[in-house]
Amino acid sequence: MRDTATVEPMLDIRNITLRFGGVVAIRDISFDIRQGEIRAIIGPNGAGKSSMLNVINGFYHPQEGEIWFRGKRRGPMRPHEIARQGLARTFQNIALFKGMTTLDNIMTGRMTRMRSSMLEQALWWGRAEREENAHREKVERIIDFLEIQSIRKTPVGRLPYGLQKRVELGRALAAEPELLLLDEPMAGMNVEEKEDMSRFILDVNDEFGTTIALIEHDMGVVMDISDRVVVLDYGRKIGDGTPDEVRNNPDVIDAYLGVSHD
Amino acid sequence: MFYREAGDFKTSYSDDGQTFPIAFDRWRYYAVMAVAFLVIPFLINDYWEKSILMPFLVWSTVAIGLNILTGYCGQLSLGTGGFMAVGAYASYKLMTAFPELNIFFVVLLSGGITALVGVLFGLPSMRIKGFYLAVATLAAQFFLVWLFNKVPWFYNYSASGQITAPERSVFGILVTGPNAAPWATYLFALVILTGLAWVARNLTRGRVGRSWMAIRDMDIAAEIIGVNPLATKLSAFAVSSFYIGVGGALFFSVYLGAAEVGEAFGIDKSFLVLFMIIIGGLGSIFGSFAGAAFMVLLPVLLKNVLVGGLGWPTDLAAHLQMLIVGGLIVLFLILEPHGLAQLWRIAKEKLRLWPFPH
Repeated sequence: MRDTATVEPMLDIRNITLRFGGVVAIRDISFDIRQGEIRAIIGPNGAGKSSMLNVINGFYHPQEGEIWFRGKRRGPMRPHEIARQGLARTFQNIALFKGMTTLDNIMTGRMTRMRSSMLEQALWWGRAEREENAHREKVERIIDFLEIQSIRKTPVGRLPYGLQKRVELGRALAAEPELLLLDEPMAGMNVEEKEDMSRFILDVNDEFGTTIALIEHDMGVVMDISDRVVVLDYGRKIGDGTPDEVRNNPDVIDAYLGVSHD
Repeated sequence: MFYREAGDFKTSYSDDGQTFPIAFDRWRYYAVMAVAFLVIPFLINDYWEKSILMPFLVWSTVAIGLNILTGYCGQLSLGTGGFMAVGAYASYKLMTAFPELNIFFVVLLSGGITALVGVLFGLPSMRIKGFYLAVATLAAQFFLVWLFNKVPWFYNYSASGQITAPERSVFGILVTGPNAAPWATYLFALVILTGLAWVARNLTRGRVGRSWMAIRDMDIAAEIIGVNPLATKLSAFAVSSFYIGVGGALFFSVYLGAAEVGEAFGIDKSFLVLFMIIIGGLGSIFGSFAGAAFMVLLPVLLKNVLVGGLGWPTDLAAHLQMLIVGGLIVLFLILEPHGLAQLWRIAKEKLRLWPFPH
């Protein structure tokens, strides 16, 4: 495990409360994500993990609390504006563009970095073609990295589940994000696929220096690959620290194993 | 045998991204273009122009337009007839107000005006989707037709309420009005359609097309990747309406010569174009051509078979023809819901492997 305690937080979440009508999904939660770390968010079903990710990338607007990104307080923004700040994510239920090929899906990830105008695109002139080829080269590198060369031109709707998850990771990586959010990247995978995915996550963190926040239910994986873990239960934070600290936290043990109330 | 990519190695991303990556396809495309530009103009006669070629060219233009909006960007629209009317009336007003203006620019400007109107009626797409958006665009259809009927300024206060295209020429050759030669109107429409089809291909293969398809396939994921949903949808409405407006201008000024809004641009036209792109194939430029050809040629073919071949009375044939066309559409959609373009793709896949089954 790396020591990241002295590093500036990249994302600082302060006292977030999110309500849907009378239901409180997230209650006064604060934690931070430091530059370069792998941060896991765990908790039982309905704990508010996915809601937390949705708050971070701007789908939900919390009623209370502040989000600080790279030392600046973030105002109310739409998700596509937040994406331009260097945030990318994958979804729990794969959200690929089913009608497009693997290549086009990953190329779409580079959307925010394309500059050519509508007119140049229409005439396929000037920057349009040059840009397309330059980005294609970057995308091909990701395709190599994820070992999905053979399905480059296959419509993703036809791919098996595990590969779709990989393409979705590729699409998020194509944006070259500073912070990558992964919502259950290993859900529904067998052991071998989980090992592959863990390796990709670690490699991304290592080679590209991408900060990663992930939600995952497989405790073995979480404890192995993450630097720090935050534990949610019923919308509250019940634990935060290194995997070892969290493992020995009595509240966390109660939440996961249940506790007798007598 | 010839239909292989084997041995045809691509060494650059430009080569790999070209429209016809297989050499045989490329040559067939050149051959079709050569016939369209160099052979047909010499063979064309009045019948072929009026009942087959001109309708095919005009409806292809409109079908590409609707396919961009519905097939590529996933926004269902039933306002096509109304937008065609905008193009037609814009071209009429431009032709009568600026007699010096070349008809070529008149047609493109009409497209531009229609694009603006399309963006206006595309604004509800920010909030509503699917069938609800279709209903909103249906309102556009009825409103626009009503407007062109009700405000005499649009038809220059003519007593009949009709608009009639004055004679205009390109390089001294008439392309509008009753005295225009068949080959001239054909070539004029063909040049515009070829240009627009090329632009549509360029738009759909790059950044813009991918953002449209991303919105169509999964709008939430598109947004987190950095696609601005409103700007993307409105750009689709603008480009689509431009094509439909150009199609409407050609339909009125070059093909019909005179038009009455309720008759020429009614709701039936909106459905006709929607049939074309569904039968041809959603999200495919080739599908737009195939669908337009199917819907234009089938009635002509049936009429020739029933009246010419079997000697049926004309009115009986006309009624049965509608039944048969309708039945064929239903049958076709059951057999191949993804349209002619998909059928074409499957045929090509098979052809690549032929004569080996796997």
